[in-house]
Amino acid sequence: MEFRAGDQLRNYHFKVSRMEVKLKHQRPRHLDLFKITQPLPAIVSIMHRISGVLLFFPGIPFLLYGLHMLLESPESFAAMQAVLQHPGLKLLLVFFVWFFLHHLCAGIRYLALDLHYGVELAQARASSKWVLAISVLLTLLAGVALW
Amino acid sequence: MVKHSSRIVTGAHYGLRDWLAQRITAVFMVVYVVVLAVLITISPPQDYAAWSGVFKHSWMRIATFLFFAALFWHAWVGVRNVLMDYVKPVAIRLTLQVLVIIALLVYLVWTAEILWS
Repeated sequence: MEFRAGDQLRNYHFKVSRMEVKLKHQRPRHLDLFKITQPLPAIVSIMHRISGVLLFFPGIPFLLYGLHMLLESPESFAAMQAVLQHPGLKLLLVFFVWFFLHHLCAGIRYLALDLHYGVELAQARASSKWVLAISVLLTLLAGVALW
Repeated sequence: MVKHSSRIVTGAHYGLRDWLAQRITAVFMVVYVVVLAVLITISPPQDYAAWSGVFKHSWMRIATFLFFAALFWHAWVGVRNVLMDYVKPVAIRLTLQVLVIIALLVYLVWTAEILWS
């Protein structure tokens, strides 16, 4: 038997090049945000930002107008109650409750991360799952209470 | 002999104050929201008289005003960060930032008007 180092080497190169082809195939070929999959903490992060912007506008003016209707007079209070009977508006309100609760839960997670709690990858992924789950669960509870 | 200055030269740390303010206002708002949610869940106000009764106490008016002041400060830091990230032309960004500040100041006056009228 002849020692066939050349073959082994060729075999190794073949394997490596196949791995490269496979990797190239798996890697995103473009940074199209609609085609690459983000890790869960990144999704929670961008949702935190989007919910924050929506809470700023139209969230804050809506909230102040609601407080104004609530406290101005018995007539404005009755008008607000009447408006809130509309199912479309109730649904919109539930969505804003969700934006608020997501922003709140994700914010608490960031406070923990700032204090160096849960910065390991596994913990960070798990906590971002909890943020999504708890905020949706609390939103469903609020929705049930509203209906 | 090099004279050591107490001034830190690696960056002016302008961002630190905003970063800290955003977190302190966040914690204050969480406390307010949780206390309010518990109060309302324990005895849900049913009609106008009950709701205006909740906001009649001066400590409640002050706490609510402080909540909104914290909210507007928090929103300013967040919206400013978003504008700095996505709006590159300086003129447009500055215009938007001024509009946001004006809106938040108007909201603050509106909040006081709602609570003390």
